[in-house]
Amino acid sequence: MLAAENLVFRAGSRLLIDHVSAAFEPGLLHLIIGPNGAGKSTLIRILARLLRPAEGRVLYDGRDVASQSARDLARRRAMLSQAVEVAFSLPVRELVLMGRYPHFTARPGAGDEQVCDEVMKFFGLAGMADRCYGTLSGGERQRVQFARVLAQIWRPVEGATRILFLDEPLTFLDILHQIDFMNKIRGFAAQKDAVVVGVVHDLNLAARFADRLLLLHQGRILAEGPPPGVLVEEHLRPAFGVAPVLIRDAATGKTHLVFEDRGPA
Amino acid sequence: MKGPRGDRWCLALLFALMIATAVASIRFGAMDFSFSDMAAAAWGWLSGAAGLSLDQRIFINLRVPRALLCLLVGACLGAGGTLMQGLFRNPIVEPGLVGTSSGAAFGASLFYVFGALFKVNLGAWTLPVSACAGGVISTYVVFTLAQTRNEGRSSILRLLLTGLAINALFMSGIGFLSYVARDPAARSIIYWNLGTLSGADWNSVLVVGAATAAGLAPAIALAKPLNALMIGEEEAAALGVNVRRLKWTVLSINVLMVAVATAFTGVISFVGLIVPHILRILRGPDNRFLITGSALLGGILLSLADLIARVTLRPAELPIGIVTAVVGVPVFLSLLSSRDYLS
Repeated sequence: MLAAENLVFRAGSRLLIDHVSAAFEPGLLHLIIGPNGAGKSTLIRILARLLRPAEGRVLYDGRDVASQSARDLARRRAMLSQAVEVAFSLPVRELVLMGRYPHFTARPGAGDEQVCDEVMKFFGLAGMADRCYGTLSGGERQRVQFARVLAQIWRPVEGATRILFLDEPLTFLDILHQIDFMNKIRGFAAQKDAVVVGVVHDLNLAARFADRLLLLHQGRILAEGPPPGVLVEEHLRPAFGVAPVLIRDAATGKTHLVFEDRGPA
Repeated sequence: MKGPRGDRWCLALLFALMIATAVASIRFGAMDFSFSDMAAAAWGWLSGAAGLSLDQRIFINLRVPRALLCLLVGACLGAGGTLMQGLFRNPIVEPGLVGTSSGAAFGASLFYVFGALFKVNLGAWTLPVSACAGGVISTYVVFTLAQTRNEGRSSILRLLLTGLAINALFMSGIGFLSYVARDPAARSIIYWNLGTLSGADWNSVLVVGAATAAGLAPAIALAKPLNALMIGEEEAAALGVNVRRLKWTVLSINVLMVAVATAFTGVISFVGLIVPHILRILRGPDNRFLITGSALLGGILLSLADLIARVTLRPAELPIGIVTAVVGVPVFLSLLSSRDYLS
């Protein structure tokens, strides 16, 4: 269980996160949506303890993250960002093994190597182990980074829920890989000891894959809950400045969104 | 050979090479010593015999400490380069870039020109102490100025540019000092700025040795967090690395090693820049190998350069700063062109 209590974050005098409280349950896929500048990336970074809030606190399983050691945290919490830049060209396997860094001291143990094998197989990277990261395509790089991040929390942690954060993980992926990624994320989120919180831009992907949505606007939560209740005109028009047309697919029961062709007012 | 075993073999090879260069550099110079001369001098010294000949005393009190100082200073510069390139995630960084070596050079120049006016006189230690102080102060100035207001952390680019600016300022200060200085002082400044190991004695070996040990031991332990930093500050933080503490530790170690080394030998550029690259081209960017490896290769390269500096125009010697580039550049460029290192 991941909970945020009354979070406030300022950049200079600007209020980026304005008294946000929320709870994220294991076994469900939570996605944060909102227009540019709504504070999505800031919020997810505070939740992951990569930023310190000015007020409020973040609790993992009821414990304040501010009081936990960076290493203990890193064994159960991982974060995938968009476009990770690698300074020196590393082989793919070395990069994926970095996900195990919080779990070993000097050199990886047999367990770490095994996790690395499993994760690379899961992502179809087994044949790329010795390729240099610098020679990969944008989509391949994102797959390697996702493998690294999942390697970090691949195995259950005794007495703790694992928490995965995703900050716009689909940016460099084509449509096939976007769907593949979202299915893998759903698969991970379905575990009883895993909390997944992601930020996505594409509202249709959000509608299709999320169990819970959190709509952020000007640093505040405008709406939250299962997608059908959040993705309605009275929420989307004030947040995005455009009105949605909802198309219900009778065959799958899923809702698709189309937007009016009108720029910002 | 890949992996930890290959790393160990490679380090053993570098260590053997280092011993070989050290032996060559005590054997040859303005005067050559045969192995039996060397053994006799060492035996005489170790057994405490009073009657060492002049040649033997030259060997024990000048040649040997100079060879050791080369290894130590080279180790400081090589490892410092690896640490700084890793910290800044940038291949064009050299250990002096954040103001350390230009500050040290300015401190030394002040001593040469105004040394007689210094209130505190530490005898033979006055030069190294003022150079070291200059290096530490200028690095501190760079860091204070580069601190960003809103986030409380130094952005990498800001730090580099501030370093370049402060370097330029100290270089113009050194230029001014050497312009107003009268001849022996002016010449000393120029000589010092090209680096020289001719001042080596057992005292400098002990001090630089202590700084090298105090810097290298914790640096080797930083290899894993520095590896994590390759994928970015935030990603390293998500892997449990305390990035802020890592930054300060690396910078402190680098200032300690580079300021102390520079204080005794003057500004030796280029070693710290190319040594990490040579090893990265040959074996990849893993810092668990690179930090120790670049300390060894730095020592090898500087010993070789010093040997060449001593034998080319003997009995006169060249400033080592001239030779390091002549030795290092061809090796560096040929490796650079033969591998797809920068892809």
